[in-house]
Amino acid sequence: MSPSGAEVLREIKSRIDEVDPGVVREQITNGAVLVDVRETDEFAAGHIPGARHVPRSLLESRIEGAVRDRSQHVILYCASGNRSAWATRTLIDDLGYENVESMTGGFTLWKDRGYEVEVPRTLTAEQRERYSRHLLLDEVGIEGQQKLLDAKVLLLGAGGLGSPTALYLAAAGVGTLGIVDNDTVDVSNLQRQVIHTSDRVGVLKVDSAEETIRALNPDVNVVKYPVRLDAENIMEILPGYDVVVDGLDNFPTRYLLNDASVRLRIPVVSAAILGFEGQLSVFKPYDGPCYRCLFPSPPPAELAPSCGANGVLGVLPGTMGLLQATEVIKLILDVGEPLIGRLLLYDALAARMTEVKIRRDPDCPICSRDPEDIGDDELGVFPDYEAFCAGAH
Amino acid sequence: MATVRIPPVLRPSVGGEKEVTADGSSVGEILHALAEAHPDTQSQLFAADGGLNRYVNVYLNDEDVRVLDGLETEVSDSDTLVILPAMAGGSPWQGA
Repeated sequence: MSPSGAEVLREIKSRIDEVDPGVVREQITNGAVLVDVRETDEFAAGHIPGARHVPRSLLESRIEGAVRDRSQHVILYCASGNRSAWATRTLIDDLGYENVESMTGGFTLWKDRGYEVEVPRTLTAEQRERYSRHLLLDEVGIEGQQKLLDAKVLLLGAGGLGSPTALYLAAAGVGTLGIVDNDTVDVSNLQRQVIHTSDRVGVLKVDSAEETIRALNPDVNVVKYPVRLDAENIMEILPGYDVVVDGLDNFPTRYLLNDASVRLRIPVVSAAILGFEGQLSVFKPYDGPCYRCLFPSPPPAELAPSCGANGVLGVLPGTMGLLQATEVIKLILDVGEPLIGRLLLYDALAARMTEVKIRRDPDCPICSRDPEDIGDDELGVFPDYEAFCAGAH
Repeated sequence: MATVRIPPVLRPSVGGEKEVTADGSSVGEILHALAEAHPDTQSQLFAADGGLNRYVNVYLNDEDVRVLDGLETEVSDSDTLVILPAMAGGSPWQGA
């Protein structure tokens, strides 16, 4: 009479090595590879951190993808220690692995002991559909999409640059978008500020932007700051954001932002536009130059053009804002070559992009120092600067 | 003659041109030739001590001349100088 399954399992367990979860924890740190042989839904509900996943049903065909070296020390686990025992026998007897053990008590005992468990967060069915084109990219995938959903990006301005940036970052699923803007929508904005609409003229730009973003993607949490960024509020607003997108319209605030972002080590994706031309760079504190390395001081008021309105081709902030959005996403995903230490100049009429190098200044008054040494009273400070724009009018 | 790219803020000073050519074998010679041909650019490029204003960057092709030999940096006819005054931010570069 053939032996029962239970008898076979007992026989297998008697001749394979079983190892206690407490020992497994040590062996992982000694280089053992842990393989979870449960089914996909079990693995997705929680597993041991760092475990590779090869369902027992696919063991023979997939184990080589997870563990190529047959002399590698491998520990298998399942829910209770039975399936992993069967799988251990398969690896040793059928596939020639030399050093395989089965974890006693499986994931259940591991959890009961209070050991660390990783519960992978999953996207909802709606999110899988919404971000499906991202999920198809190796550079994004579920992990990257999760990074985007976790990311907090602060937009300074919901104007020409901020509008396209906000739209695309929202569409991409950046989970938190802070918007600083104390202005209201004017009909002259609509030629380029595409996040606003004709029926919202007179409405606060942060409210208008929020309405558009909500309609586009409910995953996005919009945090509104209907204020003008200044020395009084910058250290309350910036902390906690992963990236700042700069669409600022004046020098003093530009320097203030630089100094505060260096102190907080927050990268700034900066763009500026005029007429048919734009410029773009990423200032990542201590990885590359800061804005003061590029320009240690602003021009004197008499040599700076008016702080008043300048002409701008409506699509130009669209181009530059989307280049900003691209750099933001690259920073969040940590892919590609961010525009750090490089300044991109775009001439729309010539259809020409030029790039120049920006070097860190070893004597930079801000980023040559440790962030802790930069005091509140130093942020954005210049001698005789108060009257800058007033003097230019 | 080397090509000099003129930023938007300086264009009114050179008759609206985006690019001009200027004679000279160094960055200093070329910029002085530019200032001679277009006197309005003098005070925007040069400080009282004769050096470049600190709010103006000049690039030989893609490299900041300050990390080369400054105004002494040699320039060949096939080179391009890019003048870039501080203007990120809104005046005159408007974020809005």
